[in-house]
Amino acid sequence: MKKIEYTKIKGHSIPYYGLLAGLGFTILLGLLSTWYMEHNGHHVTGMTNQIVWGMPHVFAIFLIIAASGALNVASIASVFGKKIYDPLSRLSALLALALLAGGLVVLLLDLGRPDRLIVAITKYNFKSIFAWNIILYTGFFGIVGAYIWMMMDHNMYKFKKKVGLVAFVWRLVLTTGTGSIFGFLVARSAYDAALMAPMFIVMSFGFGLAIFLLVLMASYNWTGRELGDAVVARLRNLLGVFVAASLYFTIVYHVTNLYITEHHGVEKFILSDGGIYTNLFWVGQVLIGGLLPLALIYAPGVRTCRKTLGAISTMIIIGGMCQVYVIVIGGQAYPMELFPGYEVSSSFFDGVVGQYSPTLPEVVLGVSGMAVSLLLVTFAMKALAFLPSSLADSVADPHAAK
Amino acid sequence: MTKRFLRISLIFTGLIMLFPAQGIADTPFPSIHEPEGEGVKCVKDEDEMRRNHMNYILHQRDKTMREGVRAESDSSYSLAKCINCHVQPNDKGEVPTHDSKEHFCVACHQYASVQIDCFECHADRPQKYIKRDQSPRALKQQLKEVLDAKDMGDAQ
Amino acid sequence: MSDQINDSRRSFLSKAAIAGSITIAPGVFLHQTAHAKPDDQAVSNDTRWGMLIDTDKCAKGCTGCVDACNNEHGLTGFGRPETDTQYIRKVSLVEKQTGHEISLPLMCQHCENPPCVDVCPTGASFKREDGIVLVDKHICIGCRYCMMACPYKARSFVHENIEDQTLSAPRGKGTVESCTMCTHRVDKDGIPACVEACTEDDHNAMLFGDLNDPDSEISKELKKHGGKQIRADLQLNTGVRYQGL
Repeated sequence: MKKIEYTKIKGHSIPYYGLLAGLGFTILLGLLSTWYMEHNGHHVTGMTNQIVWGMPHVFAIFLIIAASGALNVASIASVFGKKIYDPLSRLSALLALALLAGGLVVLLLDLGRPDRLIVAITKYNFKSIFAWNIILYTGFFGIVGAYIWMMMDHNMYKFKKKVGLVAFVWRLVLTTGTGSIFGFLVARSAYDAALMAPMFIVMSFGFGLAIFLLVLMASYNWTGRELGDAVVARLRNLLGVFVAASLYFTIVYHVTNLYITEHHGVEKFILSDGGIYTNLFWVGQVLIGGLLPLALIYAPGVRTCRKTLGAISTMIIIGGMCQVYVIVIGGQAYPMELFPGYEVSSSFFDGVVGQYSPTLPEVVLGVSGMAVSLLLVTFAMKALAFLPSSLADSVADPHAAK
Repeated sequence: MTKRFLRISLIFTGLIMLFPAQGIADTPFPSIHEPEGEGVKCVKDEDEMRRNHMNYILHQRDKTMREGVRAESDSSYSLAKCINCHVQPNDKGEVPTHDSKEHFCVACHQYASVQIDCFECHADRPQKYIKRDQSPRALKQQLKEVLDAKDMGDAQ
Repeated sequence: MSDQINDSRRSFLSKAAIAGSITIAPGVFLHQTAHAKPDDQAVSNDTRWGMLIDTDKCAKGCTGCVDACNNEHGLTGFGRPETDTQYIRKVSLVEKQTGHEISLPLMCQHCENPPCVDVCPTGASFKREDGIVLVDKHICIGCRYCMMACPYKARSFVHENIEDQTLSAPRGKGTVESCTMCTHRVDKDGIPACVEACTEDDHNAMLFGDLNDPDSEISKELKKHGGKQIRADLQLNTGVRYQGL
C-alpha cells in the first residue's frame, strides 16, 4: 500500500462556483422562509398545537442522525484498525461536522424564539435530555474538529487513534441522546421505548454511509480523481449490513408493540389505518429505504455499477426521511389515549388523528439545512486537503500490490 | 514602516470615532412623558431609575413569577405600574403603542440603541386604554352587574 | 427559629383571614382563604394547590369555565382552532362499551412530577413551591418539547402576534403557555376564574383548595369520596383530580 497523498480540490471551475451559488441561493431561500415564519408566527406553517414538531424537525433529526453515522468510516479505520478505510477518514469526519451543522441550523431557525439562542446555551436544566443534547452537539464539534486536526497534522498524528476512540464513543452517546428525545416521552404511545436509542444508532449507520457514498462518488467524479472498486465494494457491503440491521430494529420495535395490548392502537394506526403514515411506512421506509436497496446491493450483475450504488444511496436517504417522518409526525398524529375505553371529542382535537400538511417555507427551511451541510463540505474541500488524490485500487487496497 | 502604519491607523481610529459622535448630535433627545398630577412620584429618583430600572423590574419579575410575591405597595416595582404612569395619550388623544417612537419606553431605548422584547408579551399601554372584544361571558357578567346594581337601588 | 416565627405568624394571619372573611360575607365559600399568605412572602410547599372536578355535576354543553378562562386571560382566537390557544377545554366522553356519557373540563393537571418540567432544556417550564406548574416566558425558546412531553395536551404554542394582553396573562408569539391555575388570583387569596364561574353558574362541579391541608374542603372531600387522576399509570401525582370517571 502506497503512502496516501491528500490534496485540496482546485475549485476554480464554473461548475464549482455554480454549485456554491446554487447552495448559497438555497440557504438564502431558507433564511427568507425563517424570516417569514418568525415574522408571522408559526400559524403560517403546517404545525399546530396537535402536530407541534413538523417538517423542519424531520430534516433536522435526519441530518443529526446522519451526522453521527457519517463518522463511522473514520471510526472503522482508527478504532477498529481497518486500513482500507483510513484514506476516507478525513472526509468522513468533515461530513459528520457539516451534517450536524446543517441539522442544528434548521432546528435553531424553527424555534419560536431563535433570537434567544443565548438563553439556550446559558441556562441548562440538567434533567432535560434536550439540554444534554446541546452539550453533546457542542462537544461533537470540538472532538471531531480535534480529530480532523490529529489526522492532518503530522506532529499530532500519533494521537489520532485515541481521539478517534473518544469521537466514536461520543457519537454513540450523541445518537443515544437524539433517540432519547423520543425514548423519554412517556406521554405518547409511539415513543416511550428504550429501543429508540439503539434504533437511532443503527439508523444513523445507514443514513450516514449513504450520504457519505454519494458525496464521495460525486467529488471524485467531478474532480476527475480515481476511485477504485476495492474501496467502493467494501463500503457497499457495509451499507448492506447497515440497511439489514435497520430493518431488523424496525421489526423488533413493531413486533414488541404488537405484543403489548396498550400499543395495539398506535400499531394499527402506523401499520394499516394511518393513511399517509402507513404508506410512508410500507412504501417509503420498508420498500424504498430497506428491501429495494438490499436487493440491489446483493443483486448479481450490478455489483460494480456506480450508478446503481448512487441510486441505492439515494433510496436509503429517501427511505430514511420517510422513516423519520413516520416517527416524528406519525407519532404525534396518533391521538394520546387519556381515557381508555372512551370515545373522546373536544374543541381541542382530543381523540382525533392530527392533521398535518407541511407548507412550502417549512420544506424550504429543511432543504436549506441540507444545503448548509453540502456548502460546508464543498468549501472545506477547497480550503483544506480532505480528499486523497487517488483512491485507485493500487493505492487504496492493502492487498492490491501483490 | 511601523510608524507609518501607526499613523494611518490612528487617523482611521479618529475618523471612526467622529461618526457616532455626529450621529448622537443629529438624534434629538427623546421627549418623554412626565407623569402629571400633584404628589405623583416615581418609586425611585429619576436618575436612579434611568440607570437601574431594568434591575428593579427584573428582580421583581422573578419574585413575582417564581415565588408568587405580588406586593402591591406604593414602593414595589412592576412593569405594569411603569406603563400606567408613563404611557398616556398624546395631544391628539392617541395612546402610543410600542411601534411608535412616542411610546415612553421606545423613545429612550431607541435613543440608546437598546432593543427590548418586553412588549412581545406584555401590554404596552395601561389596561384602561385597551379596548377588548367583549366575549359572551363578559356580556353576561355586565348584564348581571347592571341587574345587581338595580336591585341594590330598588332596595334603597 | 425564624421558621417557627414565620409559621406562627402565618397561622395567626390565616386565622385572622378566616375570621375577617366570614364576617364580611357569610354564606359564601371562603375556605380557600385559610391559606392567606402575606403578599410579600414567597409561596411555600406547605401548600399544594389542587382542584377536584365532579364530572356528574359538570353540565354537558356548558362552557362557563372555558369562557371565564378566556375572558380572564384575554385569550382571543384568530379563527384558527388548530393553532389557537386553549388553557382549558371541555371534553366529551362516551364509553364505548356502555354508551355512558361524561363531560369534563381538562386543563394543565399541575403534576407533582411534571414531564414538561423534566424535558424543558432551559428551565422555562417550572413548578412553583405550591405545586402550580408555569412557563417562564422570559426564557422559553419555543422548542415545544414540553408539548411533546405533556400527556394531557395541556399546552399551547403562541402561533401569532399578540397585542393588548391582560395583566393576568402576559403572552407572546413564539412561546408556550398553559393554564396558570390563575396564580394572579390565588396569590391574592382568590380562586381560579374557571372555578368561580362554575360556582356562579350554580353547577359547583369544580372545587379548588389546598391538598396539603387536611381540613380544607377539597382534602375532606377527597378523603371521603376519593378522586381519580387522569393517566394515573404515569404516577405523576396530578394536582387536578376527577370524580365520576
